[in-house]
Amino acid sequence: MTNPIADFSESEVILITGSNTTEAHPIIANRMRRAARAGTKLLVIEPRAIPLVDQASMFLRPRPGTDVAWINGLMHVIVKEGLADSEYIASRTEGFDEMAEMLKKFDPDTVAKITGIAADDLVAAARLFAGAKPASIAYAMGITQHITGTDNVKSLANLAMLTGNVGVVGGGVNPLRGQNNVQGACDLGALPNVYPGYQKVTDATVQKKFEQAWGVDLPAHVGLTVTEVLPGILAGKVKALYIMGENPMLSDPDTAHVEKALRAADLLVVQDIFLTETAKLADVVLPAASYVERDGTVTNTERRVQRTGKAIEPLGDSRADWEIICDLSTRMGYEMNYASVNEIMIEIAQVTPQYGGISYARLEAGETPCWPCPTADHPGTGVLHVGKFSRGLGHFHAIDFQAADELPDKDYPMILTTGRISAQFHTGTMSRKSPGLNALAPEAFVQVCPKDAAALGIQDGEKIRVRTRRGQIELKARHADMVDQGVIFIPFHFHEAAANVLTNTALDPIAKIPELKVCAAKMERL
Amino acid sequence: MAELSLTIDGQQVAVAEGATILDAARAAGVAIPTLCHDPDLEPYGGCRLCIVKVEGMRGMPPSCITKAADGMCVTTADEEIVAARRTVMRLLLADHPNDCLSRRGNLDCELQRLAKDMGVREHGLIPLTREGSIDQSNPVFVRDMNRCVLCARCVGACEQILGLGAIHFIRRGHATEVGTFMGGDIAQSTCESCGECVVHCPTGALAFREPPPEPEKEVASVCQYCGTGCSILMGVRGGKVVRARGNPEGPVNRGNLCVKGRFGAIEYVHHPERLTTPLIRREGELQEASWDEALDLVAEKLAPHKGDAFASFSSAKVANEDNYLMQKFTRAVMGTNSVDHCARL
Repeated sequence: MTNPIADFSESEVILITGSNTTEAHPIIANRMRRAARAGTKLLVIEPRAIPLVDQASMFLRPRPGTDVAWINGLMHVIVKEGLADSEYIASRTEGFDEMAEMLKKFDPDTVAKITGIAADDLVAAARLFAGAKPASIAYAMGITQHITGTDNVKSLANLAMLTGNVGVVGGGVNPLRGQNNVQGACDLGALPNVYPGYQKVTDATVQKKFEQAWGVDLPAHVGLTVTEVLPGILAGKVKALYIMGENPMLSDPDTAHVEKALRAADLLVVQDIFLTETAKLADVVLPAASYVERDGTVTNTERRVQRTGKAIEPLGDSRADWEIICDLSTRMGYEMNYASVNEIMIEIAQVTPQYGGISYARLEAGETPCWPCPTADHPGTGVLHVGKFSRGLGHFHAIDFQAADELPDKDYPMILTTGRISAQFHTGTMSRKSPGLNALAPEAFVQVCPKDAAALGIQDGEKIRVRTRRGQIELKARHADMVDQGVIFIPFHFHEAAANVLTNTALDPIAKIPELKVCAAKMERL
Repeated sequence: MAELSLTIDGQQVAVAEGATILDAARAAGVAIPTLCHDPDLEPYGGCRLCIVKVEGMRGMPPSCITKAADGMCVTTADEEIVAARRTVMRLLLADHPNDCLSRRGNLDCELQRLAKDMGVREHGLIPLTREGSIDQSNPVFVRDMNRCVLCARCVGACEQILGLGAIHFIRRGHATEVGTFMGGDIAQSTCESCGECVVHCPTGALAFREPPPEPEKEVASVCQYCGTGCSILMGVRGGKVVRARGNPEGPVNRGNLCVKGRFGAIEYVHHPERLTTPLIRREGELQEASWDEALDLVAEKLAPHKGDAFASFSSAKVANEDNYLMQKFTRAVMGTNSVDHCARL
């Protein structure tokens, strides 16, 4: 997030898109609802009528996979009606003219044809968003899990810059991240193209810095992403895979393909706290201690670093993840002798500019700084890009609309979209061990709009088959007004009816994120 | 902000403008009993246990909703005030079942504790019989309106902390109770089952189905679900994590938790299916092994796959330090940049 979570209380308008915030980020949704009570206007633009619509000033419902079109449409109206922040554009950005040229063809009528959003509604939403300051944008995987995920995010950034909302309190472009340390994993270089602190592996100076810090020669070319590794195994290029705390058997698209790849590896090592669907396929399983059994730090969606304290001893022979890695590394001839997480953080601070001022001493004193926090006396940074973007001028990208990879047709007439529900989490490895959560959300289901259900004679609660070109699952149908006609929704938490058996593996060319939010599907009565 | 000076029981106190008499009394170290007052919520002034006398003011105003004023002279306890408070408490108890001690629900009952502090053991009144509703529809908590004292803390929690308002007062007069829109089951309402109302209930009216035991100590951690970063206090007893509650000092959540944080943060920790020993596949089956066996095997099998024949998936579920070492291991030991995690999934 460019802005802290608390900033939502300072916004005049919050555009919420690609996020079912009350279910996936309930505590953030609470803040948005409190803001709405105090006068903030919520503008929800979402394929599903999410619960926040109840508190929203306006709700627009685009067809899944048409985000660039409606964002460009909003900007078309904003530019045409003179609602853009021309001073901000002139002093803080570049590339506006090229983008404005692209926006010309996204008039409200054209956008209506692509997205299904009525032209008048689009105009009203544009006026609402551009007429208020500060205006914030919050989004989640509904924006990113598309073959145009990168384009979608850039388009939202365009919208925020066009209205002068980046670098201001209560504004910003704010991805709500879905895992408790997905921010930290990215920050600390668990990505194939960057070292800790987003320092590029292809930059020779950076490479040299890490070669000196670690005392080894390092590879200069970008590695493979999660979504490239599995095809890499099938192609015979990747032979050994070491998985720590992930469950691709349920989280990745096209489960059959994932299983085939994992079985084809010469060596599969899985380190986890449970024998997950993925661990069951492993050659060696290493038992990890859970988060309450060891010390550590995590970084949340607003870049805030917090301590997780050790409450109890590790269960059985399980060991902290970092201890296992140290032991293995040392056995392979590269000594890793850290006495504690504290010593690892000292090294992190030395090589990661954004974490330069983070230390256990500060965290134990009760501080929870947001990065960038370059030095020990730096308080941390709440709002990014104040006065100046990290790259200098904010760059507008001219982005054209591109349809989803797999659209509904005669054989597969529905759009399937996937996501989360509040009482379960991700692949269910943790949340499905809770009796309370299981009682609240015991089983998989598919949301079907009552009209579509009636057309096929599907009763509420009836078990049906959902089929795509990748596979099929059987689960109960739930009549729900939340989904529009022609759209069905399945949560991906349940292994017995795993949504990702059905999903499309098509990737965004830059982010390599799969298009989990749109594929063609059909429903069949059993 | 302007400072006000007032006298509480003869003691000079300075408070900021906007403070209530209750705030001023607490600043002066003077105890006033409260039941409906909740530091997380806006003052409500419903229970009338916090009544005081203010010179020049008629009657006994509730201190929680009466603003302090410059030069005010407040008496927090005299015979008349104490007698009035005891009457209020007797009325509350008269409308309340007296079998609380034999119930599992809410062992930490503020109402009982207050009555004890005020020396009220019996209400001595003839109670009006009131049939409150009992709602068993939610799998994680029970609502028993016979035990409700209408303090409105649950209503305030849902409205002011969640911004939701799934519950409010319904019906009127003696029949008033806290309920959902149109009085239906809580499970059919907009309720999100987060349990915030239960935490704020001072009686057993709202009770968790599985009330956690009182821990020996608490350790601050961060919830494992989603990226919001809610701080949770892990309650430990007998070497086990037995309770998770929102950390009031948490910079993001200020004590608030969602349904997963409240009911799923620790349940898996001691689950019987936890892995507690390394496993090695032998003749097709995963079999128990020692750490030495397992790690020596991994080290031996990884050695020929250095470079791009190796890849690792690090994790968005583990600590920063683990992620740092996993990418360091992948790059420095295995000689490839093929390290990634499920940020895209």
